[in-house]
Order: sequence, then C-alpha cells, then structure tokens
Amino acid sequence: MKHLLSINDLSKVDAISILDTAQELARVSDGPMKKLPTLRGRTIVNLFAEDSTRTRISFEAAAKRLSADVINFSSKGSSISKGESLKDTAQTLQAMGADAVIIRHSASGAAQRLADSKWMSGSVINAGDGTHEHPSQALLDAFTIRKHLSKGADDLTGLRVAIVGDVLHSRVARSNVLLLSKLGAQVVLVAPPTLLPVGVESWPCQISYDLDEVIANVDAIMMLRIQLERMSEMYFPNAREYSRYFGLNSDRIRAMKAGAIVMHPGPMNRGLEITADAADGARSVIVEQVANGVSIRMAILYLLLAGNQEFAETGVSS
Amino acid sequence: MKNSNYLLTGLTLPNGSKSDIAISDGKITQIAPNLSAAEGFTKVDLSGSVALPGLVDLHTHLREPGKEDAETVLSGSMAAAKGGFVAVSAMANTSPVADTAGVVEQVFALGQSAGFVDVFPIGAVTQGLNGEKLAEIGAMADSRAKVRVFSDDGSCVFDPLVMRRALEYVKKFDGVIAQHAQDPRLTQGAQMNEGEISSRIGLKGWPAVAEEAIIARDILLADHVQSRLHICHLTTAGGVDIIRWAKARGISVTAEVTPHHLLLTDESALSYDPIFKVNPPLRTQKDVEALREGLADGTIDIVATDHAPHPAEAKECEWQEAAFGMLGLESALSIINQTMVATGLMNWESVADRMSYAPAKIARYVQHGQVLTVGAAANITIINPALTYRVDRDLVASRSRNTPFHGMDLQGAVTATFFRGHPTFLNGKLTSVHQGTSERAGN
Repeated sequence: MKHLLSINDLSKVDAISILDTAQELARVSDGPMKKLPTLRGRTIVNLFAEDSTRTRISFEAAAKRLSADVINFSSKGSSISKGESLKDTAQTLQAMGADAVIIRHSASGAAQRLADSKWMSGSVINAGDGTHEHPSQALLDAFTIRKHLSKGADDLTGLRVAIVGDVLHSRVARSNVLLLSKLGAQVVLVAPPTLLPVGVESWPCQISYDLDEVIANVDAIMMLRIQLERMSEMYFPNAREYSRYFGLNSDRIRAMKAGAIVMHPGPMNRGLEITADAADGARSVIVEQVANGVSIRMAILYLLLAGNQEFAETGVSS
Repeated sequence: MKNSNYLLTGLTLPNGSKSDIAISDGKITQIAPNLSAAEGFTKVDLSGSVALPGLVDLHTHLREPGKEDAETVLSGSMAAAKGGFVAVSAMANTSPVADTAGVVEQVFALGQSAGFVDVFPIGAVTQGLNGEKLAEIGAMADSRAKVRVFSDDGSCVFDPLVMRRALEYVKKFDGVIAQHAQDPRLTQGAQMNEGEISSRIGLKGWPAVAEEAIIARDILLADHVQSRLHICHLTTAGGVDIIRWAKARGISVTAEVTPHHLLLTDESALSYDPIFKVNPPLRTQKDVEALREGLADGTIDIVATDHAPHPAEAKECEWQEAAFGMLGLESALSIINQTMVATGLMNWESVADRMSYAPAKIARYVQHGQVLTVGAAANITIINPALTYRVDRDLVASRSRNTPFHGMDLQGAVTATFFRGHPTFLNGKLTSVHQGTSERAGN
C-alpha cells in the first residue's frame, strides 16, 4: 500500500494493524525518549490548502517524532492563494523531492487526483478532502473507542456508536461509518433529514432523526461540528432549535449508559452541538482523541513509508 | 477541377436493402444494386457498410468566437465531418454571446468558409444568457443565418414569464425554444447526479427533480401558448415519462439525448476524473435504460451530441474546479451503434430518423434530413458497423482532447461522409468543399 486516500483502501486486517502499531508507538511517546529514527532523511510535506490547526499540527508532530523532515505548505501566503493549480503545486513538490504529501483540501477527491495523476510519485495521505473522507480522523476515533470499550478485543464487535449532526457535509462521518462498521461496530447516524445525504440508505449504518431515542443505547457518541452558515442555507431554522433536538447537554449525558463515552473531532461549537459540561465532563474523551491522533498518524507514516511490504505483512516492530 | 462523381458500392440502405449509390454534381443520381461505374466516376468500395442520410447535430459547442483555444468553427466542423455529420448547430454561449444578428451571421459565415458542414447558429433566448430580457430574436431569425432554434444552453431560462414570452414570440417565424432544463436553485454548486454515489464520494448532488420540474413546467407553458418546445439533453427516467405523457396529450414538445448519457453512468465519478464531469450530469443505469427505451420508441426524438470542447487545464484539476462538458461529435454514431443498434433496440431506419430526419425537421433545416433517393442532395454518412476501433484522444480532429471515451473500444466506425456530393471525410482524410484544407485525421 502506497497511499491512504479512503477507508476503502484498508482491509479490516490493515486497519487493525494501524491501530496496533499506534498502540506500540504510543508507548514510545510515553517514554523519556520520544523520538524514533525511523524516517530520518525522508521529506514529508504538509500540503494544507484549507485551514486546519489540529490535523496539521498532529501530522507534523507525528512526522517529527519519526525524525522526518517536515515542510509545511499552507494556503495562506503561498502559491495556492495566488491561484496555482493543484497540478503545478504537485509538480513543484515532486521537484523538491517529497517522499510523502499529506493533503488537506476543500475539494472532494483532491487527494485521489494527486495520487492517480502522474504529477508526483510520492505517497499521498488524505488529511481531509472536501466532504468526502478524513481517514486518519476515523482511525484515531476507532483507536480511542477500542482503548476504552473493546475489553481487550482487537476490533469493535458488539459496540454501538452514534454519530450526531451534519452528516451531509462531514468527511469525518463518512470515514467513520466505513471504518467502524468494518471493525464490527454498529453505527447509527442521528441528524435532521436535511443534513443526511440523499443515498445515505446505501451506507453500512442505521439512520435516526431522534437523538433521545438513540442515546440510551450507545457505547460511544460522536458529535459533529455544526457550521453556522448552515442556518442561512436553511438546513434548520435556528441554533436554538438545533441544540434542543440534536445538541448534547447534561440531561442527555445522564441518559447515556454506564461507561459510554463522548467524542468530538473538533473544533467544537460550545453551546451549539455540545454544552460545556458535556464537553468537559467525565464521559468526555475529546482531549484524549487529540493525543491519540499523533500516535495514529505516526503509525500511518510508519507503515506507508518505513517498509515496502503490504500492511498485512508488516508486523508491529517494537 | 476535382472529380465530383462517385459510385459508392456494396452499401446497405437504412431500410435494409442492398444498393449502390451514384453521386454527381452534389446530388444522388442513381440508387440501385449493381450499378456499373460510368466514365469519370470514382468508384468507392464500401462493402459491409451502411449508408445513412447525412447526420444533423442540434447541439454543438464550437466555442468561436471567444474560446478559440478550445475549438474553432473550422476545427469543430472537421470533427463533425469525421463523425459523419453534414450539419451542426452552434450553441449561443460564445463570447460575445450569439444574441444579435451580427454574431450569428459571423458564425454562419465562418461555417461557410470552413466548408465541411453547414453550421447553423442557435440564437440566445435572452441577452447575454442572463435569463432576464429577450435577445434580438426577430433580427436573428431575419438575418442571413435564418436562425430558427433559440437556446440559453448552459443556463436555464428559469423565469417562467421570460420562458412564456420566448415561446410565444418565436411562433411568428415557426421557431423553437430549446430549453436547458435545470432549476438553478436546486442545483447550486451541484457537481454530479444526486444519489448513492454522490453521497459516498462527497460531491454535491444534482437531483433529477431539478431537471424534471423545469421540463414539466415548460411543457405546460408550451401547451398553453401553443408553441414549440425542445428539451435539450434529457437525462432522467422521470423526464422520459413526462415527455411521453406530453406527447400522448398532443403537446408540441421534442427532446434530445446525448450519446454519453446513453452509455455512461454516475459511477464514472468514483475516479474523481473530471473528464466525466458534464452538465447535465451522468445519471444511473436505470436512467440509461429509460433513455435507451425512450429513444427507441420515439419518445425522445433525436440524438444530439452536446459536443463541448475544453482546453486541457479545464480538466487537469480537482473535480469541483473543472469545467462541465465532453467531446461528442466524432464518437456519436459509434456509440449509437453500440448502445442502440448492436443491442437490437433500434434499426438503421430509426437511426436515420433520430440523427438526420428528425433533427432537421425540428430545426427547419430544409435541405437536410432527406431520404436517400434519386434527386436528393448527396448528404450521406457511411458507417461500417463491424469495424471496432480504440478511441485515442491524441488523434481527434477537434482542437480539444476531452473525450471520456479515451482508451475505450467502440463498435462501428464512420468511414466516409459526403456533404453535397463532396467527400468531406474519405479514406481517413478530411477535405473541405473548398478543397483548400486537407488534413490527415486519425481513427
């Protein structure tokens, strides 16, 4: 495997291998010497054609802990903001000898275009493309869920996960539905009908319009960010009504079953899709998701760049 | 002076009978089996091929004036001749827009001087294609270009009052409004057919209802004012049903389908390769089947190419940044052979109707769409249905290379086109009626 563009690129075995590798690498990160020499001399480019803080920093930290050279290439103040095409940008990065490009882009499919084109030869890692996918986010979410709830199993069989909010525009939701179901979890999407795509019935998950009906029966609940401009686009009448039906508040936290966890990919709109006490309460693993993100991204870089073997053949080297 | 007498032998006519065809001075002089070549006739052996009345395209983007990097009237005319066409209809969305007599006369004249096909300009319905004020429809109809088809193609005439007025106004000279049926509110930012595939790959959906609602509205308007409506590039099963209903009621509506909508589906978008990005979008297999059925039973009157050339940079990018449209002229007849004839859905007489008689009749191109018969203008398209070839975008006659069929094996190749008795395409060579231009054409 050369690229990571979509969860569809991964078999169940591949996905578990990434989670296991991340677990090993997390142990290293907890130790006194955080840095591994694995990717010394390799050049990794963070091509962020869309604003992002946590994903870019997370990939940067992951690459640096593996001793790679990291070049950050963001839209603001770069040739992208001057209207340079993706093709020209890719050819420039190729000429500079990038071994891997981590791309965040507002266009769905941008990562696949980069990988399928002859514009560059390095690995392409999708760090979020439009409203398509965000595979590293789903992997870190699965890692977090497994760590808390799998009781030692290597997959998520028997667990039930709700993903709540703007599914229509969410790459996090698309990647998570694919990955969590692949790992054996039962996924239920909860959203107003306006924020579910036409065609969602073909996805490997259940659909609900009623959060209160779902909340008592899930092991993990993942809240999606609601962008305020969705209101002017008439997806829902106003923020208050959205919060009332689809927000996570203390009443709903109390309705959850014992041990159930609260997740959010960030950045949060406190007071809209999640209240402060829900975000900061005992069930919340939101801050831990960020830490797990670094381990997962180390594992992705490690498995894509450090060996030429297929994922499935790559044993976890500790 | 070059020989203008040809004896074409070994042909099958649209009605299935075997025949030879003799051409002299631009007309068909004999049509019968086993003709012998008189002196001065060039004999062309076309055994195994089918002779069709010269093809007429009602929907062509030639890009000139304004986008000559993508196509010119000359290069588009050559692509048309290579695809078996003898007449094309140049859409109005040029720069400047064809909304005045001056622009349509210019395009018409460019077609005449190119000399590969008749280029009939389509006039804009509204000024600048803005959908607000009527363009100079009467002046375009009265111009040397004698425009009879009006369309804002690329944009929908969305305001129902503007559409009503346009439908009424063209009755004065027996014109027709060709509507690009697309509700702009329901398709803001839309990228591809809205359905399972769009939900998975995160491209903004283009619902079928955005097309069907406009078709239904305009059919009712056309009925109310008793005018002629033509629906451009029909793509949905629901649209076919609505047209079928309207025809059963005797409403004066005609419809076209493109070759690409008869062959490709929205699954092409899974590659994110914008070579498959087109307006209206590729739909589902169910729609493809309904379109084929509609074309076969005559609900859909004609095939039109919507030939839409674009320069390389318009497609070498992210899907959502890319331009809509694909080449169509050179591959159209092959695709109709493959999807409709080879499948047994249509015979060659029906192909002659959908690609020659009917489009000429809708557009009132009185010298085209004639049955192959003695005395008729020698506009003849020859296809060898058994010949399979691989499409190569580097060998197209068009100035652009954006064919979605690159690398695909297509069944049925156009081997010759006669335009008023002149072989515009023969033995792999394109030749203008002015005989000045000659260029090798690929397969």
